[in-house]
Amino acid sequence: MEKEKIIKIINNFLSEELEIEEDLVPDANLRDDLGIESLDFVDIAVIIEKEFGFKVNAENMADVKTLDNLYDYIFDYLNNNK
Amino acid sequence: MEDYILNKKNMNRVVITGIGVYSTIGKNLDEVKESLYKGKSGIILDQERKDYGYKSGLTGKVERPNLKGLINRRQRVGMAEQGEYAYISTIEALKTANLDQDYIDKNYFGIIYGNDSSTIPVIDAVDIIREKRDTVLVGSGSVFQSMNSTVSMNLSVIFKLKGVNFTISGACASGSHSIGIGYFLIKHGYQKNIICGGAQEVNIFSVGSFDALSAFSTRESEPTKASRPFDKNRDGLVPSGGAATVILESYESAIKRGAPILAEVVGYGFSSDGGHISVPNVDGPKRAIEMSLKNANLSPNEIDYINAHATSTPLGDANEAKALYQIFNNHKPPVSSTKSMTGHEMWMAGSSEIVYSILMMQNSFVAPNINFDTPDENSKHLNIINKTINKNIDICLSNSFGFGGTNSSLIIKKFEK
Repeated sequence: MEKEKIIKIINNFLSEELEIEEDLVPDANLRDDLGIESLDFVDIAVIIEKEFGFKVNAENMADVKTLDNLYDYIFDYLNNNK
Repeated sequence: MEDYILNKKNMNRVVITGIGVYSTIGKNLDEVKESLYKGKSGIILDQERKDYGYKSGLTGKVERPNLKGLINRRQRVGMAEQGEYAYISTIEALKTANLDQDYIDKNYFGIIYGNDSSTIPVIDAVDIIREKRDTVLVGSGSVFQSMNSTVSMNLSVIFKLKGVNFTISGACASGSHSIGIGYFLIKHGYQKNIICGGAQEVNIFSVGSFDALSAFSTRESEPTKASRPFDKNRDGLVPSGGAATVILESYESAIKRGAPILAEVVGYGFSSDGGHISVPNVDGPKRAIEMSLKNANLSPNEIDYINAHATSTPLGDANEAKALYQIFNNHKPPVSSTKSMTGHEMWMAGSSEIVYSILMMQNSFVAPNINFDTPDENSKHLNIINKTINKNIDICLSNSFGFGGTNSSLIIKKFEK
């Protein structure tokens, strides 16, 4: 999957479902800039499973700090597990 | 912030400064007052229930409110439908009480809400886990929607409450006990402001097992005539729901902040039948009523109006009629069951019926027990009102009874300084 498509799906989820109004710039910190809290990460895990078809590993997600990290996390997983 | 232990040595007077309601007969106090006065029914026949195999498709109908724009997503995703109803009724109650967030923030405001089920989120989560074998897909809001304490846990966070915070699950007396326990906490000085109330979900799955017991009226050809408490031809209750909120406050607190005082809670009585799980007796309710009178230091002759529990079931109504006759035989105060219009609001009923009674008290009328056409051998001894009467009400008794033989009686009084 192209990274652009991942960005589109994730950004759409963040703005429509999580109702995040801040600018979804790649270096935005998920917690500090976008206000995403621990419970929201459960819903992010749900959207990843539903849209990208893989289960999120909590340990790997620990390194995801920014929006770009999140896109890359999904992109890398999809490309390394083809 | 003031000390939250008030006047431990003294008994506080407990007043009601705010009420709110979201029900089958109106989405706010004005609409509900009109419906009560006109004797309007909120009962419909729901074809979807029939499609699911219900013996009775009769139900109260409540529209689900849209809270988007009122509270944020995190606050919304943890709320089941009855929490949404309770949010709306609580907003209205706080408004009538002239309470704002600033006052709540500066005081140890509490919540005790009645609720005894949250079916849909439980079913939805189980469906996902069974099918997908994956708990993550249940999402982040499910647990907060699923627990019995869903209403108190959500509202306490939304309104940033810092006082008492729990749910009362006492079957169909939940909403009444919530006010009773709130009354005791304020009376004995442990709290000065509490959001009390009751909420009830209304959906196709929550009452399926109730339907299985043949507890529901099957008068499907005439939905608005199906709920007929005390009538000889009653054949069962009609499930219903929504939410009602009652703001309790110490008299001292209400006077200090210049709050509108709508009524005073003067008595609470409770009991357990010590009998059958679903078949009520006469003694249990009678003891609860007598305890409330004793607690209020009132004689039966001083009660101006009784809002009966009567749900339209053959035995339940008969036994309440017997209990009322034994206590109130001397002066026969007006009696009506507003469930004739609303259906049985179950976990909500004990609170909504206090709201209905206050509306009657404020507007000097007794709402009718509609569909009471033919008395039976027990109800013929009571003064059951089947057409609205204009009448001053100073003191009112409200009964609520539930499965397991839990009984609650509350007495409220028009406020006098």
